[in-house]
Amino acid sequence: MYTEKVMEHFTNPRNVGEIADADGMGEVGNMKCGDIMRIYIKVNEQDVIEDIKFRTFGCGAAIATSSVVTEMVKGKTLDEALEVTNKQVAAELGGLPENKLHCSNLAADALHKAIEDYRNKRVAEKSNLKETGK
Amino acid sequence: MAKIYLDHGATTPLHPEVLEAMKPYLTDLFGNPSSLHSFGREVRKGLEEAREKAAAAIGAEEREIVFTSGGTESDNLAIRGVARAARQRGNHIITSAVEHHAVLDACLGLREEGFDVTVLPVDGYGMVRVSDVEAAITDQTILISIMLANNEVGTLQPVAEIGKIARGRGVVFHTDAVQAIGNLPVNVNDLHCDLLALSAHKHYGPKGVGVLYVRKGTRLKVFNFGGSQERKMRPGTENVPGIIGMGRAIELAVQELDKKADRIRKLRDKLIAGVLEIGDVRLNGHPTERLPGNVNVSVRYVEGESLILSLDLKGIAASSGSACTSGSLDPSHVLLAMGLDHQTAHGSLRLTLGAGNTEEEIDYVLSVMPEIVSRLRSMSPVYAGQRRD
Ligand SMILES: Cc1ncc(COP(=O)(O)O)c(C=O)c1O
Repeated sequence: MYTEKVMEHFTNPRNVGEIADADGMGEVGNMKCGDIMRIYIKVNEQDVIEDIKFRTFGCGAAIATSSVVTEMVKGKTLDEALEVTNKQVAAELGGLPENKLHCSNLAADALHKAIEDYRNKRVAEKSNLKETGK
Repeated sequence: MAKIYLDHGATTPLHPEVLEAMKPYLTDLFGNPSSLHSFGREVRKGLEEAREKAAAAIGAEEREIVFTSGGTESDNLAIRGVARAARQRGNHIITSAVEHHAVLDACLGLREEGFDVTVLPVDGYGMVRVSDVEAAITDQTILISIMLANNEVGTLQPVAEIGKIARGRGVVFHTDAVQAIGNLPVNVNDLHCDLLALSAHKHYGPKGVGVLYVRKGTRLKVFNFGGSQERKMRPGTENVPGIIGMGRAIELAVQELDKKADRIRKLRDKLIAGVLEIGDVRLNGHPTERLPGNVNVSVRYVEGESLILSLDLKGIAASSGSACTSGSLDPSHVLLAMGLDHQTAHGSLRLTLGAGNTEEEIDYVLSVMPEIVSRLRSMSPVYAGQRRD
Protein backbone atom coordinates (compact mmCIF):
# COMPACT_ATOMS: atom_id res chain seq x y z
CA MET A 1 0.00 0.00 0.00
CA TYR A 2 2.98 2.32 0.48
CA THR A 3 5.28 3.43 -2.35
CA GLU A 4 8.88 2.32 -2.42
CA LYS A 5 9.96 5.80 -1.49
CA VAL A 6 7.77 5.81 1.61
CA MET A 7 9.24 2.50 2.67
CA GLU A 8 12.74 3.75 1.94
CA HIS A 9 12.23 6.78 4.21
CA PHE A 10 10.54 4.61 6.83
CA THR A 11 13.50 2.23 6.81
CA ASN A 12 16.21 4.90 6.61
CA PRO A 13 14.69 8.08 7.98
CA ARG A 14 16.81 11.22 7.51
CA ASN A 15 17.52 13.69 10.27
CA VAL A 16 16.06 11.83 13.22
CA GLY A 17 16.65 13.37 16.60
CA GLU A 18 16.42 16.71 18.27
CA ILE A 19 18.50 19.88 18.31
CA ALA A 20 19.41 20.82 21.87
CA ASP A 21 19.76 24.55 21.16
CA ALA A 22 17.13 24.70 18.42
CA ASP A 23 16.01 28.10 17.18
CA GLY A 24 12.50 26.84 16.59
CA MET A 25 10.38 23.82 17.42
CA GLY A 26 7.00 22.84 16.03
CA GLU A 27 4.71 20.04 17.12
CA VAL A 28 1.50 18.83 15.50
CA GLY A 29 -0.89 15.93 15.96
CA ASN A 30 -2.30 14.40 19.09
CA MET A 31 -2.38 11.07 20.79
CA LYS A 32 -6.05 10.56 20.07
CA CYS A 33 -5.44 9.93 16.39
CA GLY A 34 -2.05 8.37 17.02
CA ASP A 35 0.32 10.78 15.31
CA ILE A 36 2.68 13.26 16.94
CA MET A 37 5.38 15.02 14.92
CA ARG A 38 7.99 17.32 16.33
CA ILE A 39 10.40 19.29 14.14
CA TYR A 40 13.44 21.26 15.35
CA ILE A 41 15.23 23.85 13.22
CA LYS A 42 18.50 25.73 13.42
CA VAL A 43 18.47 28.96 11.38
CA ASN A 44 21.50 31.04 10.33
CA GLU A 45 21.98 34.79 9.78
CA GLN A 46 20.72 34.54 6.19
CA ASP A 47 17.42 33.01 7.35
CA VAL A 48 18.52 29.65 5.94
CA ILE A 49 17.60 26.36 7.66
CA GLU A 50 21.03 25.08 8.52
CA ASP A 51 19.96 22.04 10.43
CA ILE A 52 16.67 20.26 10.92
CA LYS A 53 15.67 17.20 12.95
CA PHE A 54 12.47 15.39 13.74
CA ARG A 55 10.91 12.94 16.15
CA THR A 56 7.65 11.24 15.27
CA PHE A 57 5.26 8.88 16.98
CA GLY A 58 3.08 7.44 14.28
CA CYS A 59 2.53 5.13 11.38
CA GLY A 60 4.74 4.54 8.37
CA ALA A 61 3.32 7.56 6.55
CA ALA A 62 3.88 9.83 9.54
CA ILE A 63 7.52 8.80 9.81
CA ALA A 64 8.18 9.00 6.06
CA THR A 65 6.57 12.44 5.64
CA SER A 66 8.56 13.79 8.59
CA SER A 67 11.76 12.42 7.14
CA VAL A 68 11.19 13.67 3.61
CA VAL A 69 10.16 17.16 4.67
CA THR A 70 13.44 17.61 6.53
CA GLU A 71 15.26 16.66 3.36
CA MET A 72 13.14 18.99 1.23
CA VAL A 73 13.88 22.12 3.25
CA LYS A 74 17.38 21.66 4.62
CA GLY A 75 19.47 24.51 3.15
CA LYS A 76 16.36 26.44 2.08
CA THR A 77 15.38 29.90 3.33
CA LEU A 78 12.50 30.19 5.76
CA ASP A 79 10.33 31.81 3.09
CA GLU A 80 11.02 28.94 0.72
CA ALA A 81 10.30 26.43 3.45
CA LEU A 82 6.98 28.09 4.21
CA GLU A 83 5.92 27.43 0.62
CA VAL A 84 6.16 23.66 1.12
CA THR A 85 2.71 22.11 1.56
CA ASN A 86 1.54 18.78 2.92
CA LYS A 87 0.40 17.98 -0.59
CA GLN A 88 3.91 18.50 -1.97
CA VAL A 89 5.33 16.31 0.78
CA ALA A 90 2.98 13.49 -0.21
CA ALA A 91 3.85 14.01 -3.88
CA GLU A 92 7.57 13.89 -3.07
CA LEU A 93 6.98 10.41 -1.65
CA GLY A 94 5.23 9.28 -4.81
CA GLY A 95 1.83 9.62 -3.15
CA LEU A 96 0.21 8.27 0.00
CA PRO A 97 -2.76 5.96 0.50
CA GLU A 98 -6.05 7.86 0.54
CA ASN A 99 -6.70 7.28 4.26
CA LYS A 100 -3.28 8.69 5.17
CA LEU A 101 -3.61 11.98 3.34
CA HIS A 102 -5.57 13.53 6.15
CA CYS A 103 -4.24 12.31 9.49
CA SER A 104 -0.65 11.30 8.89
CA ASN A 105 0.38 13.98 6.44
CA LEU A 106 1.11 16.87 8.77
CA ALA A 107 4.88 17.20 8.42
CA ALA A 108 4.71 20.54 6.56
CA ASP A 109 2.44 21.87 9.30
CA ALA A 110 5.01 20.89 11.93
CA LEU A 111 7.71 22.62 9.91
CA HIS A 112 5.64 25.78 9.57
CA LYS A 113 5.03 25.78 13.30
CA ALA A 114 8.76 25.50 13.93
CA ILE A 115 9.37 28.50 11.66
CA GLU A 116 6.60 30.43 13.39
CA ASP A 117 8.14 29.57 16.74
CA TYR A 118 11.51 30.84 15.53
CA ARG A 119 10.03 34.11 14.22
CA ASN A 120 8.02 34.70 17.39
CA LYS A 121 11.17 34.26 19.43
CA ARG A 122 13.02 36.73 17.21
CA VAL A 123 10.31 39.32 17.65
CA ALA A 124 10.42 38.79 21.39
CA GLU A 125 14.20 39.11 21.42
CA LYS A 126 14.09 42.36 19.44
CA SER A 127 11.56 43.95 21.73
CA ASN A 128 13.61 42.80 24.69
CA LEU A 129 16.67 44.46 23.17
CA LYS A 130 14.75 47.68 22.63
CA GLU A 131 13.56 47.71 26.20
CA THR A 132 17.00 47.09 27.65
CA GLY A 133 18.41 49.78 25.29
CA LYS A 134 16.11 52.42 26.75
CA MET B 1 14.16 -14.35 3.89
CA ALA B 2 12.01 -16.69 5.93
CA LYS B 3 8.37 -15.70 6.10
CA ILE B 4 6.59 -16.15 9.39
CA TYR B 5 2.82 -15.97 9.57
CA LEU B 6 1.56 -14.74 12.93
CA ASP B 7 -1.83 -13.45 11.88
CA HIS B 8 -4.05 -16.51 12.25
CA GLY B 9 -6.65 -14.29 13.90
CA ALA B 10 -7.15 -12.64 10.51
CA THR B 11 -7.28 -15.84 8.54
CA THR B 12 -5.63 -19.25 8.30
CA PRO B 13 -4.19 -21.24 5.40
CA LEU B 14 -6.24 -24.04 3.91
CA HIS B 15 -5.56 -27.43 5.48
CA PRO B 16 -4.21 -29.70 2.70
CA GLU B 17 -6.84 -32.31 3.49
CA VAL B 18 -9.54 -29.66 3.17
CA LEU B 19 -8.29 -28.80 -0.28
CA GLU B 20 -8.38 -32.48 -1.23
CA ALA B 21 -11.96 -32.77 -0.01
CA MET B 22 -13.00 -29.71 -2.00
CA LYS B 23 -11.30 -30.57 -5.30
CA PRO B 24 -13.95 -32.93 -6.72
CA TYR B 25 -16.59 -30.28 -6.04
CA LEU B 26 -14.65 -27.71 -8.04
CA THR B 27 -14.39 -30.08 -10.98
CA ASP B 28 -16.51 -33.18 -11.66
CA LEU B 29 -19.12 -32.75 -8.94
CA PHE B 30 -20.60 -29.54 -10.25
CA GLY B 31 -24.31 -30.35 -10.07
CA ASN B 32 -26.84 -28.17 -8.31
CA PRO B 33 -27.73 -29.90 -5.04
CA SER B 34 -31.38 -28.96 -5.58
CA SER B 35 -31.51 -30.91 -8.87
CA LEU B 36 -33.23 -34.27 -8.84
CA HIS B 37 -30.89 -35.99 -11.32
CA SER B 38 -27.77 -37.91 -10.46
CA PHE B 39 -25.51 -34.86 -10.83
CA GLY B 40 -27.55 -33.01 -8.24
CA ARG B 41 -28.08 -35.98 -5.95
CA GLU B 42 -24.41 -36.72 -5.68
CA VAL B 43 -23.64 -33.15 -4.66
CA ARG B 44 -26.57 -33.12 -2.24
CA LYS B 45 -25.02 -36.13 -0.54
CA GLY B 46 -21.72 -34.30 -0.05
CA LEU B 47 -23.53 -31.25 1.25
CA GLU B 48 -25.47 -33.23 3.82
CA GLU B 49 -22.31 -35.00 4.94
CA ALA B 50 -20.72 -31.62 5.53
CA ARG B 51 -23.76 -30.66 7.58
CA GLU B 52 -23.39 -33.83 9.66
CA LYS B 53 -19.77 -32.97 10.33
CA ALA B 54 -20.55 -29.41 11.36
CA ALA B 55 -23.37 -30.61 13.61
CA ALA B 56 -21.22 -33.30 15.22
CA ALA B 57 -18.41 -30.82 15.86
CA ILE B 58 -20.56 -28.60 18.07
CA GLY B 59 -23.01 -31.10 19.54
CA ALA B 60 -25.90 -29.97 17.36
CA GLU B 61 -28.45 -31.70 15.17
CA GLU B 62 -28.08 -31.55 11.42
CA ARG B 63 -31.22 -29.55 10.88
CA GLU B 64 -29.89 -26.91 13.24
CA ILE B 65 -27.02 -26.07 10.88
CA VAL B 66 -27.42 -23.27 8.35
CA PHE B 67 -24.57 -22.70 5.93
CA THR B 68 -23.86 -19.04 5.27
CA SER B 69 -21.23 -16.91 3.56
CA GLY B 70 -19.19 -16.56 6.76
CA GLY B 71 -19.05 -15.13 10.24
CA THR B 72 -20.44 -11.75 9.28
CA GLU B 73 -23.55 -13.14 7.65
CA SER B 74 -24.09 -15.62 10.48
CA ASP B 75 -23.96 -12.85 13.09
CA ASN B 76 -26.24 -10.58 11.12
CA LEU B 77 -28.73 -13.34 10.39
CA ALA B 78 -28.82 -14.30 14.06
CA ILE B 79 -29.19 -10.81 15.49
CA ARG B 80 -31.42 -9.17 12.97
CA GLY B 81 -33.35 -12.38 12.41
CA VAL B 82 -34.21 -12.75 16.10
CA ALA B 83 -34.91 -9.04 16.56
CA ARG B 84 -37.44 -9.03 13.76
CA ALA B 85 -39.05 -12.28 14.81
CA ALA B 86 -39.39 -11.29 18.48
CA ARG B 87 -40.45 -7.70 17.92
CA GLN B 88 -43.88 -8.30 19.44
CA ARG B 89 -42.41 -9.70 22.63
CA GLY B 90 -39.93 -6.94 23.34
CA ASN B 91 -37.36 -4.55 21.95
CA HIS B 92 -34.34 -4.87 24.20
CA ILE B 93 -31.02 -6.39 23.12
CA ILE B 94 -27.90 -6.92 25.24
CA THR B 95 -24.39 -7.17 23.83
CA SER B 96 -20.87 -6.21 24.89
CA ALA B 97 -18.44 -3.44 24.03
CA VAL B 98 -15.81 -5.88 22.76
CA GLU B 99 -17.83 -7.73 20.14
CA HIS B 100 -16.65 -8.01 16.57
CA HIS B 101 -18.21 -5.30 14.39
CA ALA B 102 -20.37 -7.95 12.74
CA VAL B 103 -22.22 -8.23 16.06
CA LEU B 104 -21.78 -4.76 17.51
CA ASP B 105 -22.79 -2.86 14.40
CA ALA B 106 -25.65 -5.24 13.68
CA CYS B 107 -26.99 -4.53 17.18
CA LEU B 108 -26.36 -0.79 17.04
CA GLY B 109 -28.02 -0.65 13.63
CA LEU B 110 -31.19 -1.96 15.23
CA ARG B 111 -31.41 1.19 17.35
CA GLU B 112 -32.51 2.96 14.20
CA GLU B 113 -35.38 0.52 13.99
CA GLY B 114 -36.54 1.35 17.49
CA PHE B 115 -34.68 -1.31 19.44
CA ASP B 116 -33.12 -0.52 22.77
CA VAL B 117 -29.54 -1.83 22.82
CA THR B 118 -27.48 -2.23 26.00
CA VAL B 119 -23.74 -2.42 25.32
CA LEU B 120 -22.16 -3.93 28.43
CA PRO B 121 -18.75 -2.71 29.59
CA VAL B 122 -15.86 -5.09 30.21
CA ASP B 123 -13.18 -5.31 32.87
CA GLY B 124 -9.51 -4.53 32.31
CA TYR B 125 -8.98 -7.96 30.77
CA GLY B 126 -11.78 -7.45 28.28
CA MET B 127 -14.15 -9.76 30.14
CA VAL B 128 -17.88 -9.27 30.52
CA ARG B 129 -19.20 -9.63 34.08
CA VAL B 130 -21.94 -12.22 34.36
CA SER B 131 -23.64 -10.11 37.02
CA ASP B 132 -23.84 -7.20 34.55
CA VAL B 133 -25.63 -9.40 32.06
CA GLU B 134 -28.04 -10.58 34.69
CA ALA B 135 -28.74 -7.05 35.89
CA ALA B 136 -29.33 -5.77 32.36
CA ILE B 137 -32.13 -8.22 31.54
CA THR B 138 -35.60 -6.70 31.60
CA ASP B 139 -38.99 -8.08 30.63
CA GLN B 140 -38.37 -6.47 27.24
CA THR B 141 -35.13 -8.36 26.58
CA ILE B 142 -35.35 -10.60 23.53
CA LEU B 143 -31.72 -11.29 22.73
CA ILE B 144 -28.29 -11.48 24.33
CA SER B 145 -25.21 -11.68 22.10
CA ILE B 146 -21.82 -12.22 23.73
CA MET B 147 -18.84 -13.67 21.91
CA LEU B 148 -17.04 -16.82 23.05
CA ALA B 149 -13.48 -15.65 22.34
CA ASN B 150 -12.37 -12.16 21.44
CA ASN B 151 -10.62 -11.79 18.11
CA GLU B 152 -8.29 -9.00 19.18
CA VAL B 153 -7.14 -9.78 22.69
CA GLY B 154 -8.18 -13.43 22.83
CA THR B 155 -10.11 -13.11 26.09
CA LEU B 156 -12.59 -15.92 26.68
CA GLN B 157 -16.00 -14.83 27.92
CA PRO B 158 -18.05 -16.68 30.57
CA VAL B 159 -20.47 -17.74 27.87
CA ALA B 160 -21.72 -20.94 29.50
CA GLU B 161 -22.79 -19.00 32.60
CA ILE B 162 -24.40 -16.27 30.55
CA GLY B 163 -26.20 -18.91 28.49
CA LYS B 164 -27.60 -20.49 31.62
CA ILE B 165 -28.94 -17.16 32.83
CA ALA B 166 -30.44 -16.35 29.45
CA ARG B 167 -32.12 -19.74 29.35
CA GLY B 168 -33.51 -19.24 32.85
CA ARG B 169 -34.97 -15.88 31.88
CA GLY B 170 -36.32 -17.11 28.55
CA VAL B 171 -34.07 -14.85 26.48
CA VAL B 172 -32.59 -16.03 23.18
CA PHE B 173 -28.80 -16.26 23.41
CA HIS B 174 -26.38 -15.87 20.51
CA THR B 175 -22.62 -16.36 20.69
CA ASP B 176 -19.99 -15.59 18.07
CA ALA B 177 -17.64 -18.58 18.24
CA VAL B 178 -15.71 -17.67 15.10
CA GLN B 179 -12.37 -17.42 16.89
CA ALA B 180 -13.04 -20.20 19.38
CA ILE B 181 -13.67 -23.22 17.21
CA GLY B 182 -10.59 -25.42 16.87
CA ASN B 183 -8.99 -23.60 19.79
CA LEU B 184 -11.25 -24.72 22.61
CA PRO B 185 -14.15 -27.15 22.99
CA VAL B 186 -17.35 -25.69 21.58
CA ASN B 187 -20.61 -27.44 22.44
CA VAL B 188 -23.95 -25.72 22.01
CA ASN B 189 -25.48 -27.59 24.92
CA ASP B 190 -22.69 -26.86 27.36
CA LEU B 191 -22.85 -23.22 26.29
CA HIS B 192 -26.66 -23.09 26.56
CA CYS B 193 -26.79 -21.03 23.38
CA ASP B 194 -29.62 -20.81 20.88
CA LEU B 195 -27.50 -19.39 18.09
CA LEU B 196 -23.80 -19.72 17.36
CA ALA B 197 -21.73 -18.27 14.51
CA LEU B 198 -18.75 -19.92 12.82
CA SER B 199 -16.49 -19.04 9.90
CA ALA B 200 -14.46 -21.64 8.00
CA HIS B 201 -11.46 -19.49 7.14
CA LYS B 202 -10.53 -19.06 10.80
CA HIS B 203 -10.07 -22.80 11.21
CA TYR B 204 -8.10 -23.81 8.12
CA GLY B 205 -11.10 -23.90 5.82
CA PRO B 206 -11.93 -21.76 2.79
CA LYS B 207 -13.00 -18.12 2.88
CA GLY B 208 -16.57 -17.05 2.26
CA VAL B 209 -18.36 -19.85 4.07
CA GLY B 210 -19.67 -20.16 7.59
CA VAL B 211 -22.32 -21.69 9.77
CA LEU B 212 -25.12 -20.35 11.86
CA TYR B 213 -26.31 -22.86 14.40
CA VAL B 214 -30.00 -22.30 15.10
CA ARG B 215 -31.42 -24.32 18.00
CA LYS B 216 -34.70 -25.89 17.02
CA GLY B 217 -37.59 -23.75 18.11
CA THR B 218 -35.63 -20.52 17.75
CA ARG B 219 -37.53 -18.19 15.47
CA LEU B 220 -35.72 -16.07 12.91
CA LYS B 221 -37.29 -13.70 10.44
CA VAL B 222 -35.03 -13.70 7.42
CA PHE B 223 -34.40 -10.83 5.05
CA ASN B 224 -33.46 -12.69 1.89
CA PHE B 225 -36.05 -14.44 -0.22
CA GLY B 226 -35.64 -16.93 -3.01
CA GLY B 227 -35.39 -20.68 -3.13
CA SER B 228 -35.89 -23.06 -0.24
CA GLN B 229 -32.23 -23.82 0.37
CA GLU B 230 -31.09 -24.08 4.00
CA ARG B 231 -34.69 -24.36 5.13
CA LYS B 232 -35.34 -20.93 3.62
CA MET B 233 -33.06 -19.30 6.14
CA ARG B 234 -30.40 -18.81 3.52
CA PRO B 235 -31.97 -19.00 0.08
CA GLY B 236 -29.77 -19.24 -3.00
CA THR B 237 -27.72 -22.00 -4.60
CA GLU B 238 -25.21 -23.18 -2.05
CA ASN B 239 -21.48 -22.48 -2.12
CA VAL B 240 -20.90 -26.19 -2.50
CA PRO B 241 -17.09 -26.38 -2.61
CA GLY B 242 -16.95 -23.98 0.34
CA ILE B 243 -19.44 -25.96 2.38
CA ILE B 244 -17.61 -29.21 1.67
CA GLY B 245 -14.41 -27.47 2.81
CA MET B 246 -16.10 -26.14 5.92
CA GLY B 247 -17.33 -29.62 6.83
CA ARG B 248 -13.91 -31.20 6.49
CA ALA B 249 -12.18 -28.29 8.20
CA ILE B 250 -14.41 -28.33 11.25
CA GLU B 251 -14.07 -32.09 11.54
CA LEU B 252 -10.27 -31.75 11.53
CA ALA B 253 -10.37 -28.75 13.86
CA VAL B 254 -12.14 -30.78 16.51
CA GLN B 255 -10.06 -33.92 15.98
CA GLU B 256 -6.77 -32.06 16.24
CA LEU B 257 -7.86 -29.70 18.99
CA ASP B 258 -6.07 -31.15 22.01
CA LYS B 259 -2.83 -31.89 20.27
CA LYS B 260 -2.69 -28.53 18.54
CA ALA B 261 -3.93 -26.24 21.30
CA ASP B 262 -1.41 -27.45 23.89
CA ARG B 263 1.53 -27.01 21.58
CA ILE B 264 0.39 -23.56 20.46
CA ARG B 265 -0.32 -22.47 24.03
CA LYS B 266 3.28 -23.25 24.98
CA LEU B 267 4.60 -21.21 22.07
CA ARG B 268 2.24 -18.40 23.01
CA ASP B 269 3.49 -18.29 26.57
CA LYS B 270 7.08 -18.27 25.40
CA LEU B 271 6.33 -15.43 23.00
CA ILE B 272 4.50 -13.41 25.67
CA ALA B 273 7.31 -13.86 28.18
CA GLY B 274 9.94 -12.89 25.61
CA VAL B 275 8.12 -9.80 24.39
CA LEU B 276 7.45 -8.58 27.93
CA GLU B 277 11.18 -8.76 28.58
CA ILE B 278 11.75 -5.91 26.12
CA GLY B 279 10.47 -3.58 28.83
CA ASP B 280 7.61 -1.07 28.86
CA VAL B 281 5.46 -3.68 27.18
CA ARG B 282 2.03 -4.55 28.53
CA LEU B 283 0.02 -7.71 27.92
CA ASN B 284 -3.50 -6.92 26.75
CA GLY B 285 -6.23 -9.38 27.62
CA HIS B 286 -6.46 -12.05 30.24
CA PRO B 287 -3.25 -13.84 31.29
CA THR B 288 -4.82 -17.31 31.30
CA GLU B 289 -8.41 -17.08 30.07
CA ARG B 290 -7.32 -16.42 26.52
CA LEU B 291 -7.14 -18.13 23.15
CA PRO B 292 -4.16 -20.53 22.95
CA GLY B 293 -2.72 -18.68 19.96
CA ASN B 294 -3.33 -15.07 20.93
CA VAL B 295 -0.60 -12.65 21.95
CA ASN B 296 -1.65 -9.02 22.24
CA VAL B 297 0.71 -6.48 23.74
CA SER B 298 1.07 -2.72 23.80
CA VAL B 299 4.56 -1.47 23.20
CA ARG B 300 4.85 1.87 24.97
CA TYR B 301 6.02 4.93 23.04
CA VAL B 302 5.59 3.43 19.57
CA GLU B 303 2.70 3.16 17.16
CA GLY B 304 1.31 -0.17 16.00
CA GLU B 305 1.41 0.26 12.27
CA SER B 306 5.07 1.18 12.30
CA LEU B 307 5.71 -1.98 14.34
CA ILE B 308 3.85 -4.07 11.80
CA LEU B 309 5.70 -2.52 8.88
CA SER B 310 9.02 -3.16 10.61
CA LEU B 311 8.10 -6.76 11.37
CA ASP B 312 6.92 -7.22 7.79
CA LEU B 313 10.32 -6.06 6.56
CA LYS B 314 11.72 -8.97 8.58
CA GLY B 315 9.21 -11.36 7.04
CA ILE B 316 6.89 -11.46 10.04
CA ALA B 317 3.14 -10.99 9.52
CA ALA B 318 1.28 -9.41 12.46
CA SER B 319 -1.56 -6.98 13.10
CA SER B 320 -2.47 -4.09 15.37
CA GLY B 321 -5.41 -2.26 16.85
CA SER B 322 -3.97 1.17 16.09
CA ALA B 323 -6.15 3.67 14.25
CA CYS B 324 -4.04 3.33 11.13
CA THR B 325 -4.78 -0.36 10.93
CA SER B 326 -8.33 -0.33 12.22
CA GLY B 327 -9.32 1.71 9.19
CA SER B 328 -10.82 4.51 11.27
CA LEU B 329 -9.51 7.51 13.12
CA ASP B 330 -9.78 5.77 16.46
CA PRO B 331 -7.82 2.82 17.74
CA SER B 332 -9.54 -0.50 18.41
CA HIS B 333 -12.87 -0.26 20.22
CA VAL B 334 -11.89 -3.39 22.15
CA LEU B 335 -8.75 -1.87 23.64
CA LEU B 336 -10.54 1.38 24.50
CA ALA B 337 -13.37 -0.56 26.14
CA MET B 338 -10.75 -2.29 28.30
CA GLY B 339 -9.73 1.11 29.58
CA LEU B 340 -6.49 1.56 27.66
CA ASP B 341 -5.51 5.15 26.95
CA HIS B 342 -5.07 6.16 23.33
CA GLN B 343 -1.30 5.93 23.30
CA THR B 344 -1.32 2.41 24.69
CA ALA B 345 -4.06 1.36 22.29
CA HIS B 346 -2.19 2.84 19.31
CA GLY B 347 0.86 0.84 20.35
CA SER B 348 -0.90 -2.50 20.30
CA LEU B 349 0.51 -5.45 18.47
CA ARG B 350 -1.36 -8.70 17.87
CA LEU B 351 0.55 -11.87 17.07
CA THR B 352 -1.75 -14.84 16.54
CA LEU B 353 -0.17 -18.26 16.33
CA GLY B 354 -1.45 -21.24 14.43
CA ALA B 355 -0.83 -24.83 13.44
CA GLY B 356 2.18 -24.12 11.26
CA ASN B 357 4.25 -22.10 13.70
CA THR B 358 7.42 -23.55 15.22
CA GLU B 359 9.55 -22.75 18.20
CA GLU B 360 12.35 -21.62 15.86
CA GLU B 361 9.99 -19.02 14.44
CA ILE B 362 9.19 -17.71 17.90
CA ASP B 363 12.91 -17.53 18.66
CA TYR B 364 13.45 -15.56 15.47
CA VAL B 365 10.65 -13.11 16.30
CA LEU B 366 12.08 -12.59 19.77
CA SER B 367 15.53 -12.05 18.30
CA VAL B 368 14.42 -9.21 16.01
CA MET B 369 11.79 -7.53 18.20
CA PRO B 370 14.08 -5.65 20.62
CA GLU B 371 15.94 -3.94 17.82
CA ILE B 372 12.73 -2.97 16.01
CA VAL B 373 11.26 -1.53 19.19
CA SER B 374 14.37 0.41 20.15
CA ARG B 375 14.69 1.87 16.64
CA LEU B 376 11.10 3.13 16.69
CA ARG B 377 11.45 4.40 20.24
CA SER B 378 14.54 6.32 19.26
CA MET B 379 12.38 8.20 16.75
CA SER B 380 9.53 8.81 19.16
CA PRO B 381 8.99 12.20 20.79
CA VAL B 382 7.01 10.59 23.59
CA TYR B 383 9.88 8.26 24.39
CA ALA B 384 12.47 11.02 24.29
CA GLY B 385 10.59 12.68 27.13
CA GLN B 386 10.79 9.52 29.19
CA ARG B 387 14.45 8.77 28.82
CA ARG B 388 16.53 8.93 31.91
CA ASP B 389 19.90 9.11 30.15
C1 LIG C 1 -15.05 -12.84 16.18
C2 LIG C 1 -15.32 -12.70 14.73
N1 LIG C 1 -16.58 -12.63 14.29
C3 LIG C 1 -16.86 -12.50 12.98
C4 LIG C 1 -15.87 -12.42 12.03
C5 LIG C 1 -16.24 -12.25 10.59
O1 LIG C 1 -16.08 -13.44 9.89
P1 LIG C 1 -16.03 -13.46 8.30
O2 LIG C 1 -14.72 -12.90 7.90
O3 LIG C 1 -16.15 -14.90 7.93
O4 LIG C 1 -17.19 -12.68 7.80
C6 LIG C 1 -14.54 -12.49 12.45
C7 LIG C 1 -13.44 -12.38 11.46
O5 LIG C 1 -12.76 -11.39 11.36
C8 LIG C 1 -14.26 -12.62 13.83
O6 LIG C 1 -13.01 -12.67 14.26
